[in-house]
Amino acid sequence: MELLLFVAASLRIGVPYTLAALGSTFSERSGVVNIALEGIMLNGALAYVLGAHWTGNPWAGVAAALAAGVLTGLVHAIVTVRFRADQITSGLGINLLAAGLTKFVLTQVFHSSSNSGRVVGLPEWDLFGLAHLPALGPVLAAPLVLLTVALVLLGQALLFRSVFGLRLRSIGERPEAAATLGLPVTAYRYAGVLISGALAGLAGAWLASEQHSFTDGMTNGRGYIAIAAMIVGKWSPLGAAAACLLFGAAEALQITLQGSAFPTELLQMLPYLVTMLALAGFIGRAVPPRALGTPYDPENA
Amino acid sequence: MKPRTLLLASAPLIAVALALLAGAGFILAIGEDPPAIYALMLHETFGTGYGIGQTLFKATPLVFCGLAVAVGFRAGLFNIGVEGQLTVAAFAAALAAAALGHLPAFALLPVTLLVAMLAGSAWGAVPGVLKARFGAHEVINTMMLNFIAFALVSYLGRRVFQPATVRTAEIGAGATLPRLETWWPALHGSPANLSLLLGLLAAAAVGVLLFRTRLGYELRALGLNAPAAEYGGVPIGTTQVKAMAISGALGGLAGMNFVLGYKHFFELGFSSGAGFLGIAVALLGRNHPVGVLLAALFFGALSHGGLAINQRVPKELVDVLQAIVILLAICVQQVVERLARRMPS
Repeated sequence: MELLLFVAASLRIGVPYTLAALGSTFSERSGVVNIALEGIMLNGALAYVLGAHWTGNPWAGVAAALAAGVLTGLVHAIVTVRFRADQITSGLGINLLAAGLTKFVLTQVFHSSSNSGRVVGLPEWDLFGLAHLPALGPVLAAPLVLLTVALVLLGQALLFRSVFGLRLRSIGERPEAAATLGLPVTAYRYAGVLISGALAGLAGAWLASEQHSFTDGMTNGRGYIAIAAMIVGKWSPLGAAAACLLFGAAEALQITLQGSAFPTELLQMLPYLVTMLALAGFIGRAVPPRALGTPYDPENA
Repeated sequence: MKPRTLLLASAPLIAVALALLAGAGFILAIGEDPPAIYALMLHETFGTGYGIGQTLFKATPLVFCGLAVAVGFRAGLFNIGVEGQLTVAAFAAALAAAALGHLPAFALLPVTLLVAMLAGSAWGAVPGVLKARFGAHEVINTMMLNFIAFALVSYLGRRVFQPATVRTAEIGAGATLPRLETWWPALHGSPANLSLLLGLLAAAAVGVLLFRTRLGYELRALGLNAPAAEYGGVPIGTTQVKAMAISGALGGLAGMNFVLGYKHFFELGFSSGAGFLGIAVALLGRNHPVGVLLAALFFGALSHGGLAINQRVPKELVDVLQAIVILLAICVQQVVERLARRMPS
């Protein structure tokens, strides 16, 4: 029972990581680094709260979060794909933008720059009787949890078993070769970035729905953990999801050990240390897509 | 100046002008008057002695962070870990300056600065080594090391922080840097301090390093064309590690403005993102020491200007403006470079 409760807590913590990491596999596989996940998630969280606040309907919040995610992703795509500007700088800029913009909007709507009023969360669904399972029931009753599981499986199939996925991956490896075959490199890269925007927006919706409100900076570095998980998961949806569960478990353990003599800060470092080890090749080699981070310029190809 | 050079140099100014225009949209949206708000901002930052002092105080850490990022960029390395480097360095320096507090200033101050530089450069060198040895990308590693630095300092801090606070003990009097108002009374009330002078010295030193030394030449060669540099005899790996260590040392000094010049202790979260703004400063300053100084002054003025207009427009407008400047600067730069390539040289 204790163990099952722990698994449930890890799942709950892992959901936003998984959604954002899944999205970023699509962006990176197309050749675009998306460090903007943090900011996209933050915008998504605020959009959820605004949608739910104005309509009273949590699903309007989810729709708003998706729209905010796609729009923020679009900014990143325009800057990096259309203008071919540096992807890291653009991502960091968008994170700063989201941090400022959400507080700015918060002051206008809720007259406070630190938190919103309380809004409705997403309802619980009892699909296949899963909600009645011991310990795991409540977390499996959350619609976004099941949706996340489905999206990971779908993402894995789409990326490695579909024509779209093959083309997307080829553009992340050798865009010039893909262009020679007549593939619209720019369109695929837009698609990759926008998919990651939508999913990071959804991750924000989950955070805001769980908390029933928006607080300033509430994503708290989760976007960066998602990037770390995607690297540890070697740029594949299933791998990323597994890493997110691992990181979620580390965080759940941290909460369990809070107040004990154990230094929880060491657990806090775990995801980052694991990522550095994976990048250095100590836990199998994590090899990024070949053209990752390089803008595609048909004039110079 | 050739028209091409002029065009390239104007890119940051175009970006700033466009960003201010976009900011005017936000100001209009909440029913305020853009020219009046910008005029107020200008008056409160450069129009009064106190404002100038505050602007200089906010600009000081940005000088170090901008230089740190610029040195990395020149060598083709993107150091987004300045925030972590300055955190570790400020923590170590504050502890050293407290533990050795009995020493006289002529000994304590250099030792404290040295500790800051060593701690920063050690933290910065790690991703350099990982890049040189394993080919691991420095962007991800510097990012990861930021979070590890925050966790490490809050872990170690548990033993050394003052009871019920997240700050260290007071540093020795010998390590404090006096405020500029001592010599320039008009700045009265602002904590601008001698760290600014250190920043100017650091900018000069970076200028000499980059453009007048062999290491600087190798560093720039590496950044411009790594295979050609290697063919020319530049040891790639060693130079990468050196560049990251120097970058980290510069970043390490960024916290001195707060620790030695303002509060005289280290406090968790004191920097509020100067390390990240350093990227914007280097970008806008085109990775040149003089450009970095000007850009730091601009971002420092924005930071203080935001507080000054908070009565009429939420100060978060400034965070939005800073971000828009960054996004526009990288786009405008691409457009301008494209145009410049088409111009007859």
